[in-house]
Amino acid sequence: MTRAGLAALLSHWRRNPLQLFTLIAGLSLATALWSGVQAVNAEARASYDAAAATLGEGQFAQVLSADGGAVAMADYVALRRAGWLVSPVFEGRLEGVRVVGLDPLTAPGGLGPVELSAGAEVGSFLGGAGQVFGTEEALAALGAVAPEKVVAPDVAPMTVLTDISVARDLLGTDAPARLLVAPDQPLGRPPLETVAPGLTLRAAQDGSDVSRLTDSFHLNLTAFGLLSFAVGLFIVHGAIGLAFEQRRLMVRTLRALGMPLSRLVWLMAAELAALALVAGGIGVALGYLIAAALLPDVAATLRGLYGASVGGALEFRPVWWLSGQAIALLGTGAASAAALYRIARMPLLAAARPRAWAMGAGGGRRLQALAGAALLALAAALLLAEGLVAAFALLAALLIGAALLLPALLDLVLRAGAQRAGGPVAGWFWADTRQQLPGLSLALMALLLAMAANVGVSTMVSSFRLTFTGFIEQRLSADLYVSATDADEGARLLAFLEPRAEAVLPVVWVDTEVAGLLAEVYGVRRDPSYPENWRLLVARGAPWAAVFAGEGTIVNEQLYRRAGLELGAPVEVGGGARLPLVGVVGDYGNPVGQVIVGEALFARLHPEATAQRFAVRGDPAALRAALIEEFGLPPAQIENQAALKAFSLQIFERTFTVTGALNVLTLAVAGFAILMSLLTLAGLRLPQLAPVWALGLRRAALGRLELVRAVLLAALTALAALPLGLALAWVLLAKVNVAAFGWRLPMYLFPADYARLGLFALVAAVLAALWPARRLARTPPAELLKVFANER
Amino acid sequence: MSARLVLPLLLLPAMAGAQGFAGLGTEAGAFRMPERGYAFDFPADHGPHPGFRIEWWYVTANLDGADGATYGLQWTLFRSALTPDAAADGPGQLWMGHAAVTTETAHHMTERLSRGGIGTAGVVAEPFEAWIDEWRMAGPSFDDLTLTAAGPDFAYDVALSAEGPLVLHGDAGFSVKSAAGQASHYYSQPFYDVVGTLTLPDGEVAVTGQAWLDREWSSQPLAAEQIGWDWFSLSFEDGDKLMGFRLREADGGAFTAATWIGADGSAEALPDGRLAAEPLGVAEVAGREVPVRWRLTLAEKGLDVTVAALNEQAWMDSAFPYWEGPVTVTGSHAGRGYLEMTGYE
Repeated sequence: MTRAGLAALLSHWRRNPLQLFTLIAGLSLATALWSGVQAVNAEARASYDAAAATLGEGQFAQVLSADGGAVAMADYVALRRAGWLVSPVFEGRLEGVRVVGLDPLTAPGGLGPVELSAGAEVGSFLGGAGQVFGTEEALAALGAVAPEKVVAPDVAPMTVLTDISVARDLLGTDAPARLLVAPDQPLGRPPLETVAPGLTLRAAQDGSDVSRLTDSFHLNLTAFGLLSFAVGLFIVHGAIGLAFEQRRLMVRTLRALGMPLSRLVWLMAAELAALALVAGGIGVALGYLIAAALLPDVAATLRGLYGASVGGALEFRPVWWLSGQAIALLGTGAASAAALYRIARMPLLAAARPRAWAMGAGGGRRLQALAGAALLALAAALLLAEGLVAAFALLAALLIGAALLLPALLDLVLRAGAQRAGGPVAGWFWADTRQQLPGLSLALMALLLAMAANVGVSTMVSSFRLTFTGFIEQRLSADLYVSATDADEGARLLAFLEPRAEAVLPVVWVDTEVAGLLAEVYGVRRDPSYPENWRLLVARGAPWAAVFAGEGTIVNEQLYRRAGLELGAPVEVGGGARLPLVGVVGDYGNPVGQVIVGEALFARLHPEATAQRFAVRGDPAALRAALIEEFGLPPAQIENQAALKAFSLQIFERTFTVTGALNVLTLAVAGFAILMSLLTLAGLRLPQLAPVWALGLRRAALGRLELVRAVLLAALTALAALPLGLALAWVLLAKVNVAAFGWRLPMYLFPADYARLGLFALVAAVLAALWPARRLARTPPAELLKVFANER
Repeated sequence: MSARLVLPLLLLPAMAGAQGFAGLGTEAGAFRMPERGYAFDFPADHGPHPGFRIEWWYVTANLDGADGATYGLQWTLFRSALTPDAAADGPGQLWMGHAAVTTETAHHMTERLSRGGIGTAGVVAEPFEAWIDEWRMAGPSFDDLTLTAAGPDFAYDVALSAEGPLVLHGDAGFSVKSAAGQASHYYSQPFYDVVGTLTLPDGEVAVTGQAWLDREWSSQPLAAEQIGWDWFSLSFEDGDKLMGFRLREADGGAFTAATWIGADGSAEALPDGRLAAEPLGVAEVAGREVPVRWRLTLAEKGLDVTVAALNEQAWMDSAFPYWEGPVTVTGSHAGRGYLEMTGYE
């Protein structure tokens, strides 16, 4: 009996392969986007963990050189001998690989991901030629080096770990970049400044700095994944509901033959679970492909925006395989629960009413419209709230609310159209379109969301790009940027450059904390290029004059917003001094706060800091030649403005490739939803079309009208999507960006882009409607005639 | 006491059990071996012997506080060579420091590690200085030393002044450790008077008392089948002292040796089998059973005493964990001293 029942149930899919395809494809696509995003997130998080474990960054306080240079080995020894439990970290780049040298005997976190267990390995790590640990990728990039290479998959991407003695030889430096401070320190330790006056202590950060910064980015991706999944579920819901409705007759027959209802329901649930697992499997595999394609760009984005290093290669992680399968099962369950419930409660002899089902699926429209309005009201209320979570809740309420309102809105427009229609064909067209709306509304809602997301995100990205390009133009106003390797070379460089260049602006800063946040204090030389080129977001009086005179300070927007500073209020500028805030400057793409003070005051507050980087104005070619030939500076220490600009812009070009790709995918899923809805409806609509045909409208004309209808609905949806998308962009720029990155971007409009997008949507709708319309135009007259002969 | 036979550093997990505690039963290879008849040359021999694989400077002290309480103190520096040709102050040496203060109710301990060759740890014979990080044992001479160490919850700063001569163990400082002939060079300075200050969580305490310094170096002091030891350094009220150890073998057998030290510094070596040590009671320490009460007997000296821990929980939770703490002696002879036990799993 069970087998016969199962065979009967499965025969439905054999007779309706398109429905089966819709179901599997919808679920696979939904799962693919979801698990693709999860894979990217999981990979990135694993990289942060590896980086944190590899370098102990953030976990431990650090001792750094106050002038931004390296720490002398003698200072390290002096600190240890004074009772400071610090551990040296050598750091540098070789062949594009970050080489990190740690001392396994004193490092507070040990060697992070590398375990030295057996004695022989300790011997080779510390003695002889040494060992380097890294991923295969990193070791391969490192090329030929003397130490033994050991593959350690958990070391951070493009990083190798080794003993300090090996790192010293590889990097050709005798000085550690920084010292890690062990959490437990002995009693009776003298203050740092009495042991090593040139060094400063930087406190451990709460949690990982990188993960805190990048959380917003991952939340962003997750939101996209969820949106796509929701769109996919619309499709699945439709396919399952229809299939169940069509199988009512079969259910009736099976029950009449004696199959218990409970077993039937279980069989159907099992059947769905099996389908979900198959579709989930396909989806996860597709998701893996998506993630593998996106990861290099995500990695570039994270590196560019946050300085977080993420491996470019995707590793298979069981966690997201399982989560993909689980969400496919859950989604199927959610999409089919109502249908199963109805089957379970169905009177024995109920008839199948697939068309009524399709039309009724949009039922409760008034309730839906009310819910939509309520969500929009909630979104308006959330405008007042602060923070990233509120911003995302606002986004969600806005999008879902608008989507729920869409059918009611379209109905209103169609009703107005019907009232103005002249002639019977036009009248029928409007009425028939209106009547079809419930069956198409889920697909149209999906289209609305996809288009709105597209408008919103592309507005944000383009606004960002415009702002950032302008910002780079302003900021990189010097002709050459020259760096020295130490304080002594810096001083000689300055002396060399000053008589030869129009202006030399030392770039000198120290790390400090302002209101508990990490910040860099810069000392700037009096120069007209600052007031000319640096656009202040808010300012009072003559801000640059005040800064040059040591009577005021300018901070960047990130710090201004994060620390909640106010114009005129005093700001800590290090060395115990405080200056009134006189201006706020835009500083895009920088995760760290900046405080700008005049050069003279800076030198008084931080006498230990010396400039090792200089912005130089003058003839770039002549200066470059002089620096290389007369001064003997390696060309690698000279950068020209054009190259720097290109590099900075390139980071931002790649930054949003990911969002762009997800946009396209979401739009494609929405197009697919329209196609599937139209195909489904086409089969059910014959009884309505047959009378129109019988009244004299030719099949070709009917097909054309189908196309027009699809275009009309898509166009109306696109019109609705535009304001929604702009609202979305505004929320992203004015709320999410501020909460996530600390800067607010001006919003620009791009009408040409929107027109192009609208065209895409129409083309997608036409493509989706083409096949059903063509099928209609070619329906044999006999089929249409059957409508009048057959009992449905 | 204490041929504290600890470590090639960090070698523990893979080696303990297989080749004696802390790898001390590992073949010496190209390292130098102790030689019978070696004539000590002081003060040079207070300094490091880099041709040997392992070496230590080991101080324990029994102290009385101005507050009336009894304290134990430990200061240890271990040297372990990665290669036989490593220079004493070169990168081929690893250094490990242990420091502890024990009271009746608390045991404070901490550990330091350092590589050689950069100056954060080392030993110089004259003027004597042994150091790791800010911990120091240094003075104008070996008879007149200052001893300092600190951990997160304790610190001490005490002065040691020798009131008697150096004592050579075994055959003029050649101390045999097994029937197979494993041995070390081993001498002590058991006659230090101590005065100084302990810093404890409740504040500073002025202390006075006696300290015992052990110096030992070797390359493979244990036989492969020796799994641990029980080591006693006892000072009796009549002025006599006893160093004695029992090396336990995997098959249940043991190898014992002792030195009876007269109040004048005269030393009498007592070969295997003379000293008998019998556990009387165990305590659960760090999840294992450790014998913290012993009966020691030595017939030719009329010794029959009970040795009991001041604090049963004197566990050194370091890279090579072991038990080390002050003890009190009752019975035929009264006194106090230090006990070290290794290899209790």
